[in-house]
Amino acid sequence: MTMLNGNKSVGAAIAERMPTPDSGHAPRWVKSLLARPSIGMLVILLLLIAVFSILKPDAFLGSYNFRSIALSASVIGVAAVGQTFVLGTGGIDLSVGSVLVFGTVVSARVMAGMGGVSAGWGAVGVGVVVCVVASAFWGLVNGLLVTYLRVPALIATLGSLGMALGAAQIVSNGLDIRSVPAIMTNDIGYENVAGIPLLVVIALVVALLAGFVLWQTTYGVHTKSIGSNPEGALRSGIPVRRHLISIYVLSGALAGVAGAMSLAEFSTTTIGGHTGDNLTTIAGAVLGGTSLFGGVATVFGTIVGILVPVTLQSGFVIVGVQPFWQTFAVGAVLVVAVFVDQLRRGSQNRR
Amino acid sequence: MTAPVQDSTATVVVEARQIRKAFGHVEALRGVDFKARAGEVTALIGDNGAGKSSLVKILSGVYTADGGELLINGTPARPSSPQDIRAYGIETVYQDLALSGDLTPYENVFLGREKRLGGILGLLRVVDRRTMRAETAEIFDSLNVRVKDHKGRVATLSGGQQQSVAIARAAMWASHMVIMDEPTAALGVAQTKSVLELIRRVAERGIGVVLISHNMPDVLAVADSIQVLRLGKRVASFRRGEAEVADLVRAMTSGDAPEEQS
Ligand SMILES: Nc1ncnc2c1ncn2[C@@H]1O[C@H](COP(=O)(O)OP(=O)(O)OP(=O)(O)O)[C@@H](O)[C@H]1O
Ligand SMILES: [Mg+2]
Repeated sequence: MTMLNGNKSVGAAIAERMPTPDSGHAPRWVKSLLARPSIGMLVILLLLIAVFSILKPDAFLGSYNFRSIALSASVIGVAAVGQTFVLGTGGIDLSVGSVLVFGTVVSARVMAGMGGVSAGWGAVGVGVVVCVVASAFWGLVNGLLVTYLRVPALIATLGSLGMALGAAQIVSNGLDIRSVPAIMTNDIGYENVAGIPLLVVIALVVALLAGFVLWQTTYGVHTKSIGSNPEGALRSGIPVRRHLISIYVLSGALAGVAGAMSLAEFSTTTIGGHTGDNLTTIAGAVLGGTSLFGGVATVFGTIVGILVPVTLQSGFVIVGVQPFWQTFAVGAVLVVAVFVDQLRRGSQNRR
Repeated sequence: MTAPVQDSTATVVVEARQIRKAFGHVEALRGVDFKARAGEVTALIGDNGAGKSSLVKILSGVYTADGGELLINGTPARPSSPQDIRAYGIETVYQDLALSGDLTPYENVFLGREKRLGGILGLLRVVDRRTMRAETAEIFDSLNVRVKDHKGRVATLSGGQQQSVAIARAAMWASHMVIMDEPTAALGVAQTKSVLELIRRVAERGIGVVLISHNMPDVLAVADSIQVLRLGKRVASFRRGEAEVADLVRAMTSGDAPEEQS
């Protein structure tokens, strides 16, 4: 009996054609782990940390390394929070990395025009707003494509992945802009609050707010209901189109926040450095328990999940494995995570 | 199942007069009459393509009629959207695509009409889960709907339980009428029985229930009034006890039963 087959997401459409792996006879502890993926992921994360610590205790366990893991996780994590909302609606945002780059390039050019390295707080404020708004613009494009033009999210965001990156290269002539105001790097990027990097604090505040919205507000409930059953949501009087547009705008805007954080961290744009962001954010969210098929989304899970690829990256560098293996590993981990997601759904849904 | 006292003087909540609807060259409804009363189960039956779903979609505001009149509580209504019709206290249970499987029963019951906390948190659209859970438990209790897990995902419930949640949701919000398009089509025998009992309990709350079904014994068991459509027109209408399966089938296929006033 498929009473609830209204999910129109790409993932679900694909899933429908595949046999659902049967975990009906799995032991109880396996089932309860499947039901709480973020806890399972926490265990895996601790295992990863343990392995790298044993292999290279002095380098991996150093506070410098933890700080750099936390900073990387903060920037990509903010983008992954946006991805979590998009996945929750049964959509997908492949454009996050390019959108982030576009935002930073436009922002850096504006700040360069306002004094560059020696510019003041006014320029930094304008730069941050520009970064967020320019990125949100691509979110709006995605949202309009997905709703009014009915382009599947996979294709719409793949298209804007190309367009936003191309536009960023046109604006910057393909060269990174390094004239980011020094105060942005010194007073935001290197700043600590009670020993914790300010960028990490910003990321935690974003995650806390977004997590609360997803968990306890009508906006969150509607997000999951659209991912669960778009037709049903529409019939319940939820303005599905408007909601979806706002979701993609949110994802774009958060990519912009991540971009501004990255400018503060590195004091330069990083045009070539974000091709894997879509993979990383999707893997992070799905590892944390957000469903690729929509309807289930958790920001807390994403925070834990995003630490896995970031820790892998750092660990591989320290252990001396070629960093390309990190991309390989994240790809493999994503496939495993989606398989586990299917197991989970197979074990819970009555048919 | 016990029949309530026959009472054809109950208030008419919805009346359709000479409703017409065409899709291109297909005339789905060719001047159909229809009446549903408060506190009664009114069955709408007919062969495939007779126009049942089209009529129900007009009653639930999904389509607008090309011609004819729709009276709700005696006053002419021109609903142009499902939202309009819900403002009249009329709710629809769709056969599928009804619930959000990943949400809890109470989130489904309140979907799109969530209760918010008071004060500033309410302005921030923070939901009041405690109240929503309590009110859901109340309506479930009063309709004798039992779900094994009030905080779990609806998708984990059986088909019959899911349909019961959908019907309870409609009953919660409907002050006048609940429309159900084949609510038992996907269910097994035992589940069908309990959903039919639930349908009667909804009617006993004084709400009008419109029920589309292809199952004649079910219709005879549960309906106070049976209205038969054929080729876009009402060809017969029976009160409880006036017809047997053979009469219904004859009306559906040849349409020679005399038109009666219900
Ligand atoms: N959206 C539409 N576009 C074109 N034709 C339609 C549409 N909806 C219904 N029809 C046609 O109108 C006629 C009546 O259809 P309707 O769905 O109302 O019948 P029904 O009594 O509900 O049938 P069934 O028992 O098969 O559900 C049919 O000939 C059908 O093909
Ligand atoms: Mg039909």
